[in-house]
Amino acid sequence: MFEDGSILNDLFLERLNYFIYVVLLLIGLHAMISKNNFIKKLIGMCVFQTAIILFYVSIGVKDGATIPIYLPEHDPHGEQAYAAGGPEALTVEQVASYTNPLPHVLMLTAIVVGVATLGLALALCQKIYEGYGTVEEDELMAKLEKEDAVHRKPPTRTAGKSTSKPKASSRAKSTAPGPAGKTIASKSTKSSGTRKTKDPSKKAPVKKTPVKKTARKSTPKKGDSK
Amino acid sequence: MMENSIAWILLFPLFGAVLCSLLGMANRKFCWPIGVVSMIGSFVAGVMTLIQAIDSPAHEVSYVFGGWIIDSYPRGVGIEFRADLMAALITLVVVGIGLCVTVYAKLPVERETPGKEHFFYPLFLLQITGLAGICMTGDAFNLYVLIEVAALTGYGLIAIGGKRAAAATFNYVILGTIGASLYLLGVGYLYIKTGSLNMVGINEVIVSSETLKDSATMQVAFVLICLGILIKMAFFPLHAWLPNAYCHAPTATSCLLAPLVTKVMIYVMIRMVLTVFGVDFSFVDTPWPSVLPWLVVIAIVSAAVMALGQREIKRMLAYLIVAEVGYMVGGVWVYNYYGMIGSIFHIISDACMTLCLFLGAGLILEKCKTTHFDGLRGLFSKMPLTMTAFFVGGFSIIGLPPTCGFFSKWYLITGAMVSQRWEYLVALLFSTMVMVVLFFRLIERIHLAVSESGENLGKGHGDLGLTNEQTRFSEGPLTMLVPLLTAAAVVLVIGIYNQEVVDLIEIFLDPFDLPGEPESK
Repeated sequence: MFEDGSILNDLFLERLNYFIYVVLLLIGLHAMISKNNFIKKLIGMCVFQTAIILFYVSIGVKDGATIPIYLPEHDPHGEQAYAAGGPEALTVEQVASYTNPLPHVLMLTAIVVGVATLGLALALCQKIYEGYGTVEEDELMAKLEKEDAVHRKPPTRTAGKSTSKPKASSRAKSTAPGPAGKTIASKSTKSSGTRKTKDPSKKAPVKKTPVKKTARKSTPKKGDSK
Repeated sequence: MMENSIAWILLFPLFGAVLCSLLGMANRKFCWPIGVVSMIGSFVAGVMTLIQAIDSPAHEVSYVFGGWIIDSYPRGVGIEFRADLMAALITLVVVGIGLCVTVYAKLPVERETPGKEHFFYPLFLLQITGLAGICMTGDAFNLYVLIEVAALTGYGLIAIGGKRAAAATFNYVILGTIGASLYLLGVGYLYIKTGSLNMVGINEVIVSSETLKDSATMQVAFVLICLGILIKMAFFPLHAWLPNAYCHAPTATSCLLAPLVTKVMIYVMIRMVLTVFGVDFSFVDTPWPSVLPWLVVIAIVSAAVMALGQREIKRMLAYLIVAEVGYMVGGVWVYNYYGMIGSIFHIISDACMTLCLFLGAGLILEKCKTTHFDGLRGLFSKMPLTMTAFFVGGFSIIGLPPTCGFFSKWYLITGAMVSQRWEYLVALLFSTMVMVVLFFRLIERIHLAVSESGENLGKGHGDLGLTNEQTRFSEGPLTMLVPLLTAAAVVLVIGIYNQEVVDLIEIFLDPFDLPGEPESK
């Protein structure tokens, strides 16, 4: 069953590391893409990155080789080397008895990168949880959808042109009932929270914002009245 | 400093970032000047590197960190920075845009992320370090590290904009990590087969071996690397992270990321295809040149259509970027001399014009507090300089001469015709038409009193329904206006002196023997 050249032999005896790495990689990828919970996604990300680390480390494996630190008899700065007449580079045969350190060194860097990514992603999760009270993707999407819907509506036509008070406010007064206007206004200020532009000095826009909803109906009227 | 200028390009922003975070803790006022000074230094070093690369006989500058000797065969371990003409040109674009945006960032950062300057500027400078490093590194693994440096700082820079930005960033983190990890995996396969990580070293092995081209391992490496890069560059079906991340990011962040990140990744793709795998491996007898242009067509058309549906400048520009990515990928994969020139030239020109547009959008946001189309009426009389510069960028995206966008698109179209990829040609022209619609619709919104929903807001006869106060001349602050005008001027200057840039690209492409190259020059 496990004779040379058969698939089972390849998978489970000769290349077991690579087989496991592929399985881990797919598990990680699956979790990252299809899990709903952000933390689970991040766990998937860790598995994914670990799989790659396993792959690299497997590259460096060499049967019967030792760790890549000079054996005493090979040390170019050791006693034996000086006894033989000074430091000399190792020959190819001598080098063959050491494993290749390069993949492991590369993975040290990759581990650092992975840790940094994970830390940053967890911090993001925390921020999302603070902002929206959830780390479930579908719930977050629903909340974002709501927020963006408010955001995407045409802005208050005069928003930001702070010099425009007379016209806007007169229009607002003429058409917008107070309470309805207020609810819209509170919504719209929430949505522009990311911009952080009109918080401090602008209690006034609260009065102005009703224009947004009512402007459409009001404009023809305005045209008539002029 | 002259002979080591290639290293100084990185060292200036790197140590600038360290200084910023240290001194910024004492007083946040130090951050911006340190950022500007280090970017000026980096820019000067970038110019010097380009001059060196032009002057040197082999048209490239090489610098090996740590004094490793890498002249063995194949080129051995040790991190080498190589700047051939393409790398030097694009690095110069990166640090130039970095300088521009650093100057520009002063006010938006103070306003949008108050009290966080000492977090923002170090990340900002590290981002530029990462991007410039990606352009110059000659080591495949080092490229991965620099991609991650740029990506991690990018996540931070976007997420600093508040909770909505953080929510948008999360997708970017997941997809960005998948992309970079796939690239890393591909590099692992390359290393198994070639035993080298140096780009030129890998290529030496591939070219000298007869069997490697048919090796399944190499094919897997190629596919993994290309897939990873395509995710990172937001190629159409893989673009989902980009629009939200760029729209909700703080102004200064989107001005830096939007022109650079995707373009630099396209540079990486060209680098991989030409320098690492080689033209033979990537194009000859492979399915990619026949498959990818069709994907590009889908990408360009869908991104252009999605851009049409947007009612906000920043979001519209984000989809334009996705469409432009399609242009450049297509230019590479139609596989001929002109398409490749077009791609490389378009990286440069698209970076400049996207910069122009995003800087303009940032100024509009600064003065009008909105980038929704309905908030734009009367802007030409209010801020004529800003809007002129903005539309110079817009016309360049459309491809009107003499802006640089015209010439790069010209080469792309020539490339499509030489290879007889008519579907790519049609997609290019279709997207050009869409962009005409997009930008002239903007002009209409500015000059006419008709809102997006079709109602009339004015009293007719050119009246915009605005008071004199609202249309009075009031430009944005100088630190924002000057970078914008510079960017617009650069768009025009590159357009007028396009032949000089193309000459450099031609020298770079000369050794690769792409089909369609004119016989004698």
